[in-house]
Amino acid sequence: MEPSPKYLTRNFGNPAALGFDGYSAAGGYAGLKKALAMTPQEIIDLVKAGNLRGRGGAGFPAAVKWGFLGKTDGPKYLCVNADEGEPGTVKDGPLMENDPHQLIEGIAIACFALGIRQSYIYIRGEFYKAIRIVEKAVEEAYAKGVLGKNVLGSGFSLDVAVHPGAGAYICGEETGLLSSLEGKKGMPKLKPPFPAVKGLYGAPTIVNNVETLACVPHILTLGADAWNALGTEKNGGTKIYNVCGHVQRPGYHELRHSVTLRELVYDVCGGPLPGRTVKGVVPGGSSSPILLPSEMDVRMDFDSLGKAGTMLGSAAVIVMDDRTSMVRALDNLLHFYSHESCGQCTPCREGTHWLYLISQRIVNGEGRPGDVDRMLDICGNMVGNTICVLADAAALPTQSYIKKFRAEFDAYAAAGRRIALVGGAQEKAVAHA
Amino acid sequence: MPKLTIDGREVEVPAGTNLIEAARSLGVEIPHFCYHPGLSVAGNCRMCLVEIEKAPKLQIACNTAVAEGMAVLTSSDKVKKARAGVMEFLLLNHPIDCPICDCAGECYLQDYYMDHDLKASRLEEPKNKKLKAQPIGEHVMLDKERCVLCTRCVRFTDEVTKTHELGIFGRGSGEEIGLAPGATLDNAYSACVVDLCPVGALTDRDFRFKSRPWFLKETETVCTGCAMGCNVVLNTNTNPYNKVGEARSYRLFPRENREVNGHWMCDEGRYSHKAIDQGRLANALVGGRPAGLDEAMHRVAQLAGPLAKAAPARAAFLLSPQLTNEALLAFRALAASLGVAQVEAGLDLRAEGAADGFLIQADRNPNSRGAADLGLGPRAGVLGGKDLLKAAEEGKFDVLFVVGQALPEARVQALAGKVKALVGLLSHEAPGQALYHAALPLAVAAEQDGSFTNVRGRMQRSRKALGPLGDSLPGWDLAQRLGSALGAPQPAEGPAELFARMAASSPATAHLTLDSLGTLGAASAAPVPA
Repeated sequence: MEPSPKYLTRNFGNPAALGFDGYSAAGGYAGLKKALAMTPQEIIDLVKAGNLRGRGGAGFPAAVKWGFLGKTDGPKYLCVNADEGEPGTVKDGPLMENDPHQLIEGIAIACFALGIRQSYIYIRGEFYKAIRIVEKAVEEAYAKGVLGKNVLGSGFSLDVAVHPGAGAYICGEETGLLSSLEGKKGMPKLKPPFPAVKGLYGAPTIVNNVETLACVPHILTLGADAWNALGTEKNGGTKIYNVCGHVQRPGYHELRHSVTLRELVYDVCGGPLPGRTVKGVVPGGSSSPILLPSEMDVRMDFDSLGKAGTMLGSAAVIVMDDRTSMVRALDNLLHFYSHESCGQCTPCREGTHWLYLISQRIVNGEGRPGDVDRMLDICGNMVGNTICVLADAAALPTQSYIKKFRAEFDAYAAAGRRIALVGGAQEKAVAHA
Repeated sequence: MPKLTIDGREVEVPAGTNLIEAARSLGVEIPHFCYHPGLSVAGNCRMCLVEIEKAPKLQIACNTAVAEGMAVLTSSDKVKKARAGVMEFLLLNHPIDCPICDCAGECYLQDYYMDHDLKASRLEEPKNKKLKAQPIGEHVMLDKERCVLCTRCVRFTDEVTKTHELGIFGRGSGEEIGLAPGATLDNAYSACVVDLCPVGALTDRDFRFKSRPWFLKETETVCTGCAMGCNVVLNTNTNPYNKVGEARSYRLFPRENREVNGHWMCDEGRYSHKAIDQGRLANALVGGRPAGLDEAMHRVAQLAGPLAKAAPARAAFLLSPQLTNEALLAFRALAASLGVAQVEAGLDLRAEGAADGFLIQADRNPNSRGAADLGLGPRAGVLGGKDLLKAAEEGKFDVLFVVGQALPEARVQALAGKVKALVGLLSHEAPGQALYHAALPLAVAAEQDGSFTNVRGRMQRSRKALGPLGDSLPGWDLAQRLGSALGAPQPAEGPAELFARMAASSPATAHLTLDSLGTLGAASAAPVPA
């Protein structure tokens, strides 16, 4: 594994960088100064050449998304998606808590490139610390002339407001976020029209993830080629990977996209706890289909994982060792998705709930023949049939857990009450029988 | 106009048309719950998923505009599976209480189940329990268990009435439609949400449990509640074997007419149908005593005939903007035959209320415009309604026919003392009815064919849904019978002939017949700006 230089996390552990002076002393705001001397189109072209992929989970090329922004004489907005809520994910929170000016610099560059004069940072309501730190940094950025009228003497003006979310998981979906920001119930909006054409308050709007924007200053300072060299083909730059679950050293790490899942779990995070073996790994947050130990040699970039039938998502790796009941793990997941479905679309509202009801029955030892196939059939009626991808986020992992650990599900469902009563180690024995 | 194929059939429709409407133009129904042409697109029910060539996944027809060369499949295997899936999801927590649900028989869930699902529930767990039978306004009852959360009702209160009484609360499978805190569904169009509701979640508190819809006869007619003439369907039932109670009229609901009322109607108009049965004068009165129609006619002939003949200038007809064009024309002809010049629609006596700038007009009569177009409005040489009554009270008239006007009792009393032959033609019982020297029962609009001209000059057909109650007769019929009784026989003409005679009198309407008005009516002249 090739070691990676630190860009996104370079100021982590340096409290001075929380302030404007410390951030500037560490090389901060050089990207913005460079950008202000360029034309907006040059900046967009540079980011495009840098192959910056959206870090919110979909991996859509950021500069292409910017290119969709509707032309208007009226207002247009950049909304920063800081509603980090994908189970397993720990990257946007640390980015805001450790280096808020990096985010502000990215916002300023993006807004200058897109001619946007108002940006909202929608921060998950539970992130009290990040909200406080970002609010303070925004205040200081205004005082230092990075925000407000005439940014760094360029004649460009930009306002940034911090909005603590009052929402739910679904408010991290970009149109759900816009609904919530508008003061409405957090429900995804019908597309088309896409936010870039008709978004916040009906105006053209770009929604970018915190990490995506944090990358932007570095593309400016390094140049597209150097940035690309850090990543893999079509996946420019470094990436924050966060690993949790049954590993010796869980945590987040800034690495090159070329790292494999096996290297990440075994070399970076120390592998499973002593005496245990890896049973399954979720590579990109709870919404991504699970991989078996035999599938761990995949490179951690958007395209490689896509080819492997899963996704990089938020790069939140969840490791489950041999003591894990996949039936119970999926049950936990389904509880989450049925609780977080906004309830708007029929297949998601009813499907997530029904999956959880069946799963609960199996877990409680009341499984019946046909339950597992029924769950797969329900998933088939959910995938791709709803306004947003929450239904897919529930159904795709369900399909993968069942497909890859079918014997365990069948044994659990067939064993009925016996398993539920004994649980634990015996459960493992049955599953592996 | 983009050309596309739907299920292999070519169709050309205006740009911007969505696939549901494009398919409808071919007679292909794409099933849907949340889509409604009068509301914004919500796209949440997912029932209208269709396959579009080259699209990676199924698309909702309601939010997909037609495009040149598009190839749409509305019943491929993929589409059928998705529809069956959506139906199963929708019915998952639905209580299936059709036997006690008012909507049974006109429920989208029932119809689509037969068309697209037809299998037993696979749910083995208990269904969600939610609140049933919550009165949410004067007219509407909410059953949260039956709701499919299509949000039509919420969008109606947000977009049409802009009163925002309803909202979506909770999330996931526990999501519910409900009242905003402190609100009551009390806007002037509240019962429209019952029509909009594709299932039995919102029911009409007035119609509730009164009848199964399949026992009801449907008549496409117009509302007589105000000068707007909203297009409606009138539901009636006269079969004693499947009805409860005496009422023949059950409900009114709006019928789409983009030139008049769109998809909506007001509550005041909706419940005005009760007047078809309630408080009606079913029999003639002679000196306040119930009498047969022949006896009453004979009395009118005795009293009014010689007087009118002797001094036509001392005879008068006070008509009403409640009457159909045909009745007004027949009375105008009768007056002319008798040589009576004082014939007027009494527009200055008409009932008025508050207008709302949307559908409700201040003039609460269906045919003021028709009366004016027929030359029965205020004009030189003829007294208006108020002046006529004043003059009659001063003894200036010997004969007065009050047709379809409900005068206050004191007024009738004052008239009866001065006018030698005071004849009332009344559709409803009125406190002063016994004071008329003779009173004849008049049929209401629902009991006759005819036409009304609305406030914008649109001639619309009012259709006969019921036979006249008791001895009552339509105005045009009574006018002709009075002609015979008074010695001024009229040609025996029905509404169609009367309409044709009226239409022929103006080049703007010469091409029209009562039948050609169809279900949507026709402009009679340059429309009056709203």
